[in-house]
This record gives sequence, C-alpha cells and structure tokens, in this order.
Amino acid sequence: MNMKKIAAASVAALMVGTPVLADLVFPSLSYRTGPYAAGGIPYADGYSDYFTLLNERDGGIGGAAIQVIECETGYNTEKGVECYESTKGQGALVYNPLSTGITYQLIPKATADNIPLYTPGYGRTSAANGKVFSHVFNFPANYWNAASLAVNHLLAENGGDLNGKSVALVYHNSAYGKEPIRTLEGLAEKHGFKLTAIPVDHPGQEQKSQWLQIRREKPDYVLMWGWGVMNQVAIQEAANIRFPMENFVGVWWSGGDHDVAPAGESATGYKAVTFHAVGSDFPVFDDIQKHVVETGKAAGAGDNIGKAIYNRGVYAAMLMAEAVSKAQEIHGTPDITAAMMRDGMEALEITDARMAELGMGGFGPAFSVSCENHGGPGTGAIQQWDGAAGTWSLISEFGGSDMDVIQPLIDADSAAYAAENNIEAGCN
Amino acid sequence: MLYREAGDFKTSYQKDSQTFPLKFDRMGYWTVMVVAFLVVPFVINDYWANAVAVPFLIYAIAALGLNILTGYAGQVSLGTGGFMAVGAYACYKLMTMFPEVSMLVHVVLAGGITALVGVLFGLPSLRIKGFYLAVATLAAQFFLVWLFNKVPWFYNYSASGQINAPERTVFGIIVTGPNTEAWAKYLFCLIFVVVLAWIARNLTRGMTGRKWMAIRDMDIAAEIIGVNPLMAKLTAFAVSSFFVGIAGALFFSIYLGAAEVGEAFGIQKSFLILFMIIIGGLGSIFGSFAGAAFMVLMPVFLKNVLVGGLGWPTDLAAHLEFIIVGGLIVVFLILEPHGLAQLWRLTKEKLRLWPFPH
Repeated sequence: MNMKKIAAASVAALMVGTPVLADLVFPSLSYRTGPYAAGGIPYADGYSDYFTLLNERDGGIGGAAIQVIECETGYNTEKGVECYESTKGQGALVYNPLSTGITYQLIPKATADNIPLYTPGYGRTSAANGKVFSHVFNFPANYWNAASLAVNHLLAENGGDLNGKSVALVYHNSAYGKEPIRTLEGLAEKHGFKLTAIPVDHPGQEQKSQWLQIRREKPDYVLMWGWGVMNQVAIQEAANIRFPMENFVGVWWSGGDHDVAPAGESATGYKAVTFHAVGSDFPVFDDIQKHVVETGKAAGAGDNIGKAIYNRGVYAAMLMAEAVSKAQEIHGTPDITAAMMRDGMEALEITDARMAELGMGGFGPAFSVSCENHGGPGTGAIQQWDGAAGTWSLISEFGGSDMDVIQPLIDADSAAYAAENNIEAGCN
Repeated sequence: MLYREAGDFKTSYQKDSQTFPLKFDRMGYWTVMVVAFLVVPFVINDYWANAVAVPFLIYAIAALGLNILTGYAGQVSLGTGGFMAVGAYACYKLMTMFPEVSMLVHVVLAGGITALVGVLFGLPSLRIKGFYLAVATLAAQFFLVWLFNKVPWFYNYSASGQINAPERTVFGIIVTGPNTEAWAKYLFCLIFVVVLAWIARNLTRGMTGRKWMAIRDMDIAAEIIGVNPLMAKLTAFAVSSFFVGIAGALFFSIYLGAAEVGEAFGIQKSFLILFMIIIGGLGSIFGSFAGAAFMVLMPVFLKNVLVGGLGWPTDLAAHLEFIIVGGLIVVFLILEPHGLAQLWRLTKEKLRLWPFPH
C-alpha cells in the first residue's frame, strides 16, 4: 500500500507541475517500441520534424509557436487511453494516433470532448461521412479507396477483365485488417474474381501456414493489409515460396522501405498502393535537412527522410498545419482552440499552387474538404520496389477509386453507427 | 503500540472470527471505505479515472476471480483473457439487445453467462491437473478468441469486428459511452469491487472456501473427508468465471468503450492477470488488490516520472519501464516468494510485537 501512496503523490505532483508552454499543441501518440515500431518511428519522426521545421523556419504557424507532445502507446489501446487522457488537458488541437484500434476508441471520446481526430489512410473508413462523424477526418484517402485502387491496378493489368481470377487477401487479424474485406467482397462480385481472406494474428511473426495455403491454392494475386513486423515476414515468405512479386500488392501501410529491405533483391517488383508521391525529390525535404536535421533538432536519427512512411508523416503534418492556418483565418486569432481547429479542417482547401509554394508540388492531390465529405478525393497510385536501387517508384498515374461500390458501403456503415449512438446526421 | 490485540476483547464467536480482528485494522478499513466512497468521487478527474482508478479496480476484480480458482482451489488457468472476452461480448450483446435495461443488470448477467462458459471449460479439471489443466485452459483462451473473431453475430456484423459500447445508464446516470462523468465510471466500478471482494472474502472463509482449499492441498485426502471434487472444482470455476466475466464486461463497457478481441483479450491478458496474483500472493484477497495495483500503477507511475518528470525520450522510457518493472518483480519474488500479501502479513506480525520483534 505504501508504494501506491508514494506513486499517487508523485504523479499528482507531476501533473500539477507540467505547464503549457506553447500555443499550438499537437499530441503525437507514437509507438517507438514493440512489434509495430518499424512503421511507428518514421511516421512519428516525419510528423514531428515538419512541425519543428515550421517553428525553426517560419516561427510557427501565423506567429503562434507549435509544441509536439509525444506519448508512447506501443500500438496498445489501453496505453492509448492513458495517452489521450494525459494530453487532452494540455490544449491538444488534433489527435493522429496511427492506430485503427485506438481510433475506434477515440472517435466517441474526442467527439464528446470537441477535439478533432485526423486519421489519413487509416481508422474508421465510414468517417468520410462528415454528417455522422462531425469530428473525424480521413482525407485524402481511406482503406476502401485503397482496396479499390489495388483492384483497379489488377484490372488495368488484365485489360479490364478479372473474370475467373483468384485473389487472396493476407490481413492483420484486427479491426485494421478487416476493414477492406467488405469492399473487396463487393468488388469481387462486380468483377467476377474469387476472394480468399487469410488472417494473420498479432503480431504476425508466424506466417508459415498462411503462405503454405497460398502455395497450395496458387492465387493469381495476393493483396496484403499488414503492419509492423508482419509486412517484413510476409514479403520474406512470399520470396521463399517464389511467389511472383509483381502479383503481390500491399496497402500503403505495407509499403514502407523497412518492409521490403530485409528481403533484399528478392523483394524487387513488390507493389504497394500509395496516396502521395515517393522519394525525397521535393524542396521541403531539403528544408527539413537544413533547418531540422543539421541543427540537431530532428525527432529521430534523421536518416528516414524520403522514406515512404516518413513522407506520410510529413504530409499529415503539412495538412494539419494548413488546417491551422485556415482556422486562424476563419476565427481571426492565432491562438486557436480544438473547436476552431475542427472548423479549419472542415474548410480545408489544398490547391496545386499552395502545394508548390510549400515545396511539395505534386506530392499529393488537390482537394477540398466539406461537411458532407471528410474523406477527400480518394485518389492514389501504385508504387513498385526496386531492390537493387533500394527505392520506390510510381508505376501508375494518380487515379480515382470505384465510388459506386464504396459510397453505398460508407453510407450504410455510418448509418449503422448513427443508429447505434443516436446521432442525428446532418450539417450545421 | 497501537497495532495490537491487547484491550480489544471479544465477547462473541462472531466477533472473534471477523475479517479484521484488530481495532486498528478495522479503523483502517473503514477509513479506506469512507475515502473511496465519499472523498474520491468529488475530486477525481478524467485522467485519474481512466488511467489509474478504473483500470486498477477492474483488474482487481479479474485478479480476485483468478485467485479464487488458482489460489484457493489450486486449478491453474491460462484462460482468463478468453473468459474476460466472454464477459465483454455478452455485455455488448445484452447492451445492444436490451437498451432500456440498467447496466447493473447487464454486467451481472454477463458475469452469469461467463460462469456457465467457465463451468463448461472447467469440466476437464475433473480428470487432469496442474500443467495439463493449464494447457486445457490455454485451449479455451485460443478457442474463445477465435470464436469472437470468426462469428460476426457476436460483433453485430460490424465491418471491422470492433465492438463499441453505446450510451447506457444506471438509474438515469450515464455510465458508458463518451459522455460519462469520471465519478460515475469510478463509482460504478467501485461498487462492483466492494461487493465482489466482500463475497470473495466470505466464500473463501466459509464451507465452500474450505472445500476449495482442501482440494488444492490434496484432492485424495479431501475426497476421503467427504468433499465432492466435482462440486468443489466446478463451483470454483463458476465463481471465478463470474468474477472474471464481470471484469471483462466492465473492461470493455466502462474502461475502453471499444474493443477487439485479439488485442484486448489475448493471451497476454491471461498472463498479466496470472502475474498479478503471483506477485500479489496466491490465496489472498489483499494479494489480488496489491498485485493489480503493482501491475497497473507501476507502468503509469514510471512513465510519468521518466517522461513527464525527467523529460526523457518516450521510447527510452518505455524500454526502461520494462526493465524496472521486470527487475522489481524478480526482486519482490526473491525477497518474498509468497508475494506482496505475505510481505504485508509479516509486516503486521512484526508490528504486533513491536518494539520487541524477534
């Protein structure tokens, strides 16, 4: 009992003693430990480095300094709750937890606390319907777009006809991995291919039986919804059974450099869907190198610049910074609150000219957010890995996804959520 | 000086066999009760409720449940996570099927359903013991997690397999969902903890508990003196699963609000709760609380000291947490193999003899 009292007293003292230092607070619920750290580290680095760049180069956003508070979740929902509760009192503007499980938990909580959630390319897909999910944003693309984009790529490879083909989906057996199944089932029905869903349990280090099944059933294509250590293992296993890599397509979370690198040259030809450009050939990365890495202010070791997941972190931070500017403009004050941030996100407009101005011309799509559509345009492209050069390259144009299949699913799922939680859908 | 029997005269058998025979202990117990019920609800905030108090109370219930089975009845179980999942999914199905019914009823019914499932998986315990039984309960753990992943009816056919707790009330007070006040969450869990701990204490010192302990100590001898092993083992499984089921229901509905079975109720949860009772003390009510407090509060405390206080990087702090908590477990178990409860018991013995300990 004594231990508990000391603990309680110290925690209490620490909580009182943590002052709010800056005006714009961005909590980063990161995970730098555990089986998902391989993806969590570059993303957290990118997210934080971009904000550091804005602080160093521009003196914050609209004159207000930015503070990034990191909290380690380990991709674990219980720690996610602790992190959310410990950071929300410090003026958090927006949460980006990079975990579909934690997102599901935070959706009702953050909505009740009037704090927006930003879940680019993950989280609950039907949150694209802003009429039901007032505080959740998942622009510019979501899981169901990814599923459709992957199938579109397979269609393009087969001259528009997938009739009689077989596709296996290797997925992380969690909310994250299960999200695309419904869309893929819809697409399978529409295009006449056969879908086999093969689950891989957390953390995904053991996949022998799954790949044995693939070797036996010989599907024409394999799609993957993996994260963390599961990706590396899957790509290695695919190489071991000599599955043709160009017929293996991952979602964007299975398209990191660290996922393919361990398999060496045998991973060459592996493809992944992406919703933004690849490589470090953008002026913004030179600025990060100059203002953040070289001054020793980088969040990590500074060696992740230009890698796929790092770029995604930078991209997410950039969109959030733009939303802050928008909110400052709407409300006429540099010190915005979480509620103002939500307004800024809902009125966000990204143009090609603005992207070029930020040193990210052509990095992502131009789009605007509205109350009806929190999901953005849902465009994406296919990237392919070159094991010898160690780089990703885009092998297709950024294209749209099959909204005829996706939109009814979004409407149905969000309507189910609204009914379960007595939410009156609508824009105000 | 204060902590002694002298002058505390008992005039009835009832008084002689009460839980806290010393006046000082009784006063301590009532002080804790008064503080927990009348002070804490007025000062608790969201952080303290969600990060400290509610998880501690819920894990304490789960540890009590496993302690009844493993500590008192001697049946090793690695299926705690699976049984918590049964409680959580039963609670979810009841909440969505009968929205107007009070949460109190749902949680108790969820415990009841888990008790039935627990009895079913407890049947092998009649033939197998020790490590073999551990493997059988491990099978229960994996089977239950697989079941809740596989059958969409359990998660109401949601796209992601997640279950979400909708808003439900007790006597008009919201206790689940995002609009719950911190004190409501805390009090709801606290009431369950107090009632269940009271039941556990009285069961274990009565005839039922003595039968369990007889089975634990030597089952053949127990049978010879007239203990029915079928009844004793199955009641232990039923009561234990009832507790664990309630913990699972609260864990999902009050604490997390949304859960997926593999992540929230996986094998690591079974191990965590087993560690709680081993560190706290097998066969001790206080041990269940001490173990739960150690395993829940220590990481939160360390995180706050290392990251909040010293400003260390979060990954370094997270790794150090493992090292420190792991090291402390080893140290505690070397110093006292019977857990924190035995340490507490020895302290009390020493205090009684103070200032002349031997």
